[in-house]
Amino acid sequence: MEKIKSITVLFFLLLNTFLYGGNTGSYYDNQREKLIKIIKQEVKNTSKYLRKDSLDKGVIDAINSVPRHKFVPFYSRLNAYENRPLPIGHGQTISQPYIVAIMTDLLNLKPSDRVLEIGTGSGYQAAIAAKIVKEVYSIEVIEPLGLKAKKRLKRLGYKNIKTRIADGYYGWKEHAPYDAIIVTASAGHIPPPLLKQLKPGGKMIIPVGSFIFVQHLVLIQKDQKGDLTTRQIMPVRFVPLTGKH
Amino acid sequence: MANTEMNPRLPIFSIALTSAGALSYEILLMKLFSIIQWHHFAYMIISLALLGYGASGTFLALFQQRLLKHFPFAYISNIFLFGVSSIVCFLFAQEISFNPLEMFWDYKQIAWLFIIYLLLTLPFFFAANGIGLAIMRYKTDISRLYRADMIGAGLGSLGILGVLYIFFPTSILQIIGTVGIVAAAIGLKELRIGSKKVFLLFFVISLFLLFLPNKAVELKLSQYKDLSQTLRVKGAKIIDEFSSPLGTLSVVQNTQVPFRYVPGLSLACLTEPSLQLGIFTNGDGMSVLTKYPDSLEKLNYLDYQTSALAYHLRKLNKVLIIGAGGGSDILQALYHKTQKIDGVELNPQMVEIVKNKYGDFTGNIYSLKNVNIHIAEAREFITSSKEKYDLIQMDMVDSAGASSTGLQSISENYLYTVESIENSINTLSPNGYLSISRWIKLPAKDTLKLFVMALEALEKKGVKEPQKQLMLLRSWQTSTLIIKNSPFDKNEIQKLINFSDKRFFDMAYYYGMQSPEANRYNILQEPFVYNSVKAILQDREKFLKNYKFDVSAATDNKPYFYHYFKWDTLSEIFSLKDQGGLHLLEWGYLILIASFFQAVVASIVLIILPLFKYKKALKEEGVGKRDVLIYFFSLGVGFLFIEIYFIQKFILFLGHPIITIAVVLSSFLIFAGLGSGYSKHLSALKGFRTTASYGVLGIFVFGGLYGLTLDTLFTYLITLPQILKIVFSILLIAPLAFTMGIPFPMGLSQLGKDSPSLIPWGWGVNGCASVISAIGASLISIHFGFSSLIIMALIFYLITFLFFPEKISSKN
Repeated sequence: MEKIKSITVLFFLLLNTFLYGGNTGSYYDNQREKLIKIIKQEVKNTSKYLRKDSLDKGVIDAINSVPRHKFVPFYSRLNAYENRPLPIGHGQTISQPYIVAIMTDLLNLKPSDRVLEIGTGSGYQAAIAAKIVKEVYSIEVIEPLGLKAKKRLKRLGYKNIKTRIADGYYGWKEHAPYDAIIVTASAGHIPPPLLKQLKPGGKMIIPVGSFIFVQHLVLIQKDQKGDLTTRQIMPVRFVPLTGKH
Repeated sequence: MANTEMNPRLPIFSIALTSAGALSYEILLMKLFSIIQWHHFAYMIISLALLGYGASGTFLALFQQRLLKHFPFAYISNIFLFGVSSIVCFLFAQEISFNPLEMFWDYKQIAWLFIIYLLLTLPFFFAANGIGLAIMRYKTDISRLYRADMIGAGLGSLGILGVLYIFFPTSILQIIGTVGIVAAAIGLKELRIGSKKVFLLFFVISLFLLFLPNKAVELKLSQYKDLSQTLRVKGAKIIDEFSSPLGTLSVVQNTQVPFRYVPGLSLACLTEPSLQLGIFTNGDGMSVLTKYPDSLEKLNYLDYQTSALAYHLRKLNKVLIIGAGGGSDILQALYHKTQKIDGVELNPQMVEIVKNKYGDFTGNIYSLKNVNIHIAEAREFITSSKEKYDLIQMDMVDSAGASSTGLQSISENYLYTVESIENSINTLSPNGYLSISRWIKLPAKDTLKLFVMALEALEKKGVKEPQKQLMLLRSWQTSTLIIKNSPFDKNEIQKLINFSDKRFFDMAYYYGMQSPEANRYNILQEPFVYNSVKAILQDREKFLKNYKFDVSAATDNKPYFYHYFKWDTLSEIFSLKDQGGLHLLEWGYLILIASFFQAVVASIVLIILPLFKYKKALKEEGVGKRDVLIYFFSLGVGFLFIEIYFIQKFILFLGHPIITIAVVLSSFLIFAGLGSGYSKHLSALKGFRTTASYGVLGIFVFGGLYGLTLDTLFTYLITLPQILKIVFSILLIAPLAFTMGIPFPMGLSQLGKDSPSLIPWGWGVNGCASVISAIGASLISIHFGFSSLIIMALIFYLITFLFFPEKISSKN
């Protein structure tokens, strides 16, 4: 099955060489720009829930500069810039780009920040964050997936991302505290060690839902005193109460 | 003159065995697909595969002359092919990388689904060909053949449920394949054909199928199922597996990355959970076994879940845990030093795991003096309980995985109905609590539906101010609704406030609560849950009408707690695809609708195809094809509707779902078979038409009588011992089923007399009708309730009365 898909992609690339002189990059750049337009529009539509009209410029720039097609399996490359989740093997998926964008945005990342990610997956989310912040530490619990992501990130030149294969529950104590923590691996609950490793004033984001559909996002904020509040954000413009009148 | 001993016999044993195999295969496929996929896709795939019966009718109608010419060969080879294809087709089907959840983006998935349909249709097609061919060949003996078919199916349904207790599903797949080959071998003997060599060859093949190496029939779970995902984590391995009709349980251990499953744990809790083992049912719906720590204090994290609230309202002495499972809620009760804890668990293997197999690990909590575990169905236990409890705890009683993807929406559930809540309240001590915890969903669905149901249950009990007897609490991940047997007092409300504040939980409702209290720790854009509850209390009708999901109360007549779908909302959800809005879809319901339409379209094609061939023949023979179509279609629908109605009614009476299905299904099939056998004698005296009319009359009398009196009857008999209840159920079903077995063979026999070439068409129409009506029954029940099924069934039988398929000349 995957062989057939790969052959299709290969055929497309050959065609591309023929038509554009081999510059597949420009094809993907084009697709990426289209995707950014869609994301911007969707953010506008959802502004009420996100409490803002547009994403931070840093987030948009990051999405624009990370080659998403290099984070998905070869046979899925042609779909890489569709606004949809994509399977990446090992029973895992790479999130819908719109969700990645708002998750990153909700963390209000600054260039000096240090970010911890639980669940490296394909490495795409880490790469986006790495474009904005100083350091990203990412932990993956599925060994082959973690190794693949590590190689990929190295190959693509992300020097400010450190990865490891370990149990995410205990975080990565050596580099703590973190300004932001992204927990993409499903968790039965929020591990207390991660809350401890979050800086006062820091934020943690957790997508809640099934493996392919994110139902809502939970944003945990730690104030300067160390008290915690959570915000439950439905990234969808869906007003449940008004209904039809 | 040929030796009479060498004359072929009516192949009743091979038919009975094939029929038993085909029915077992249907039930087994449901199990197998529930394991490798999700059960609603299983439902769709198998419903459609059953169209093999319809397709067989079409095939036989088109090629009947050629097939009848070579009857023995055609008969044996179809049964043989049923045996082989039952294994081979499943193995191929599971190789197809169909991922249902990608369907909205990847249209290739639809093609994969179609190929799976085709593959799984084949075994049913072959089995139906065998039986249909025999009916065509021995058209004067249809009653006896149909009797063999029905009794075989009835025994098959009993057999499969029995062997599911003994063997793993994959071994049963091999057994069914072998049964097919054995049926073909018996057919050889019955038809007096085939040399010893052929017989020996069949014997060798059946042995080969029975002893296929494990690797060849290994199940391939979808990579997205919880168990598959868990096993990818470093260090995870299955250490034990158990299987029964209630599901396959897999015990998973991970020493490197331990399980830490505590739903909705408060952010204020800093304790690491005790060591856990994961238990998966059919590769999904994880629950955990917890290592009993050296001191109970180490379980304090269990006190940081919303479900712990009731223990803080006052001292509780007697607690009932519904769905005891791996024992987490029992531990929570033990942590709160409860004097007497009763637990109800449906699956005996689960109890065995906690109590004996992993007794040392779990600290033998199920054997403690103050803990009493009952292996029973929860609703029945509550209804027939004579005890009164201070707390009935229902904590996440269902599979989290399935509910979060909306796949459960068409499952019947008799635990979450207004009547069940009412029964539970009746089982509480005077100031007792019923506590129900659920996963949080945004927007809220089940939490609100439960609130509406609690109000209705209290109102039904005659409570004037039900709003004073409810409390609702939410964390970032779970919600807990507490229904009290009397109004909450100030002291309890203060305790609720303290409990919530300490754990960063938000209150969503108590009587007298103010809006600012509703959105402090787990902040929503607006306090949606609180606002919704307020709106429900102000004007329930209006809220239910305006809310974008169906949160109206589930009742015993419409036991669809998980059904939230509203057509008005569908287009809005689709428009939110790019914002990640597809999780709002209620998949189960849409799958049901999709299955229905696919079945209707496929049936129309299958029914129309043979008509081209019949065009000429019909004119000559003069039997109205309209009559054949209406008669056999109505019979198919009527039979299925009555059967489904009774299964639903008897589930509440007998309690245990597997026992109910075994008793009801096999009784219906076996007694219908006997009815069919009897119809041969009666028709010899009265003719086919009159005999069929007697049957329909009987169905009207018994069906009508039961429809009117069953509920009342059951309320008197529900406390009888189980064995008496089973005997009583069989006695009740017997006369109705007996009469239901008459019209079908009478119709076919009449065709055998007047227009034999139409037999396969009638057979196929009936097959298509069964598939359409099985899916249709769910749709009708969701919208109009189960009681409408019996009325519709009687209407369909009335139609058969008017359209008996006989020569136009005899009608006149």
